[in-house]
Amino acid sequence: MVNIKNLSYSNYTGLDGHDRGAKVVARALRDAGFEVIYTGLRQTPEQIAETALQEDVDVVGLSILSGAHMRLFPEIMQLLKEREMADVLVIAGGIIPEDDFEPLKKLGIKAIFGPGTPTGEIVDFIRKHTK
Amino acid sequence: MGTKEKQSVSQTKRDWENNTLKETLDKSPERRERFITTSSRPIARIYTPIDIADFNYEEHLGFPGQYPYTRGVYPTMYRGRLWTMRMFSGFGTAEQTNTRFRYLLEQGQTGLSVAFHLPTIQGYDSDDPMSKGEIGVCGVAVDSLADMEILFSHIPLNQVTTSMTINAPAAVLLCFYIAAAEKQGVSSTQIGGTIQNDILKEYQAQKTWIFPPDPSMRIITDILQFCTKKVPRWNTISISGYHIREAGATAVQEVAFTLANGLAYVQAGVDAGLKVDDFAPRLSFFFDSHLDLFEEIAKFRVARRVWAREIQDRFKAKNPRSYLLRFHTQTAGVSLTAQQPENNIVRTTIEALAAILGGTQSLHTNSMDEAWALPTEKAATIALRTQQILAHESGVANTIDPLGGSYFIEALTNEMEEETYRYFDRIEKLGGVVEAIKKGFFQREISDSAFRFQREIEEKERIIVGVNEYLTDDQLEIPVLKIDPEVERTQLARLQKTRKTRNNQKVDQLLSQLQRAAEGTDNLIPHILAAVREYATVGEICNALRDVYGEYQEPIIF
Repeated sequence: MVNIKNLSYSNYTGLDGHDRGAKVVARALRDAGFEVIYTGLRQTPEQIAETALQEDVDVVGLSILSGAHMRLFPEIMQLLKEREMADVLVIAGGIIPEDDFEPLKKLGIKAIFGPGTPTGEIVDFIRKHTK
Repeated sequence: MGTKEKQSVSQTKRDWENNTLKETLDKSPERRERFITTSSRPIARIYTPIDIADFNYEEHLGFPGQYPYTRGVYPTMYRGRLWTMRMFSGFGTAEQTNTRFRYLLEQGQTGLSVAFHLPTIQGYDSDDPMSKGEIGVCGVAVDSLADMEILFSHIPLNQVTTSMTINAPAAVLLCFYIAAAEKQGVSSTQIGGTIQNDILKEYQAQKTWIFPPDPSMRIITDILQFCTKKVPRWNTISISGYHIREAGATAVQEVAFTLANGLAYVQAGVDAGLKVDDFAPRLSFFFDSHLDLFEEIAKFRVARRVWAREIQDRFKAKNPRSYLLRFHTQTAGVSLTAQQPENNIVRTTIEALAAILGGTQSLHTNSMDEAWALPTEKAATIALRTQQILAHESGVANTIDPLGGSYFIEALTNEMEEETYRYFDRIEKLGGVVEAIKKGFFQREISDSAFRFQREIEEKERIIVGVNEYLTDDQLEIPVLKIDPEVERTQLARLQKTRKTRNNQKVDQLLSQLQRAAEGTDNLIPHILAAVREYATVGEICNALRDVYGEYQEPIIF
């Protein structure tokens, strides 16, 4: 067991149906010993923040391929803050143009894992950045 | 091949293995223990007549345009007419996409293919709370007939054919198209095109469903009935393996699940009282073309052969047009890398070549920048030029099924065909496609394959150039398409105007009539068309049906 109590791997993709990447990552994290709550498709920002709170997670993973990230991620970050979960590690993946990396990091999203990222890199990152 | 000849080749092969080959292997072993395809299929060192020992030319291949159509669905194939170069496009507002369409037609593209934005795909209007952030982002925003009129303005709908990637709300978009054509003075009997309308693969892979499987199948049979009478040139379902493959399936899973879905639709049509020969000729297919050249070519040949046989044997179809598996192909989006994106031009070329050698009827080539965003005009033009170079410069379109008779291709075709039938048996044992979906069978199979593929990359059993080998530190230097936030404002304003200027009392009345039809057995399509003509929106129509049918909830499997 790793010292991570809980991990929520939310797949907020707006209206998107692409779940291959999210599922592969969720499974790799589970295999690495994390407890993974995979919320399934089409979660609203409210649902994501609420699940994170209810499940008392250490990490929230967001997957989005539709291009709506600049509209939806700020809202999720705000809702987490309102629930006093600003210290939860938030990471993202999907189809996100490089120009958007900086503004997303300013919002507090700690890492963006684009296409081609080895799952081991995500596992290592989470271990390093959680207690 | 005769027994004597077989023995002779076997003997020669053994001698070769024990002498010539052994000497080489002793000195320098092969690069790998195991050579595998994109689908993790082990491939032998060499293929010989022994691998296709029971090969019977007339039974297994025959001639193009003749049963079992292994070599192609038409007698002259690309010597008669090249495949349709049909680039999928759509973004922003209807005006912007109309401009892109007209540009592509001027560049020599021969058919249109519409990408709708996610709210349309999910049956929501642009002003629905669920649509936030998605307006015009992933495709073109279409809420009502008002948008459709603009989308096709100055494009004569009796001259071009249009493919629309739309599933759960397919009936609504078909009615938008019919009504837009009527506005041009073109009747529904003159228009030609395709709606994807393949809901089964939505539950299995693409995941953009609305209603549960049973009412969804009823809507599909309503469309089959309606189009058979009123829109005879329309391809009513584009039975799609593309999304199944992109979600992680192997080549065999793609072909097996897709054909199983196709057979389920035919059964549903027959059960609804239609004659197989009245609607089977209007079913078409849509496959992925991945990087493994030979495996892909074999896959397309398997698809044609199995479909022809099953339609003839199971459904006793008499019209040869019912046997034809006509298909559109798109190169594999999932094979594009975000790293060194220019390399994707080469990947797409190989995939397009596989589709052509596999006998596709139409083709979309992906653009190099699609691991980052929707394609820019320049990237989309290069992708179209790729097809034109293959068509006019490479010589591959000069003869039909040029790889037919290759020991490797024929062995692979036979092997993949057998595996397809093994999947048919498993699906049958689970109670058919719909039952297997409810049990999560396809979802689990696909998810396992996707995970295995990823593991092979991470263990370097599979090399992806620029991803796990041949890396560079270069920064990305390609321009990326951005959607102007103005799109959202324009779209919301138009939707508001539509709602204000139409006859709302009439719309409400037509929507209630639609609900009554949904509760009963009346064909839904004429009701939807009536509402669409009065500018009812896709969201209003889908919500009316949501009230009756509810929404599907998927079992979570990963």
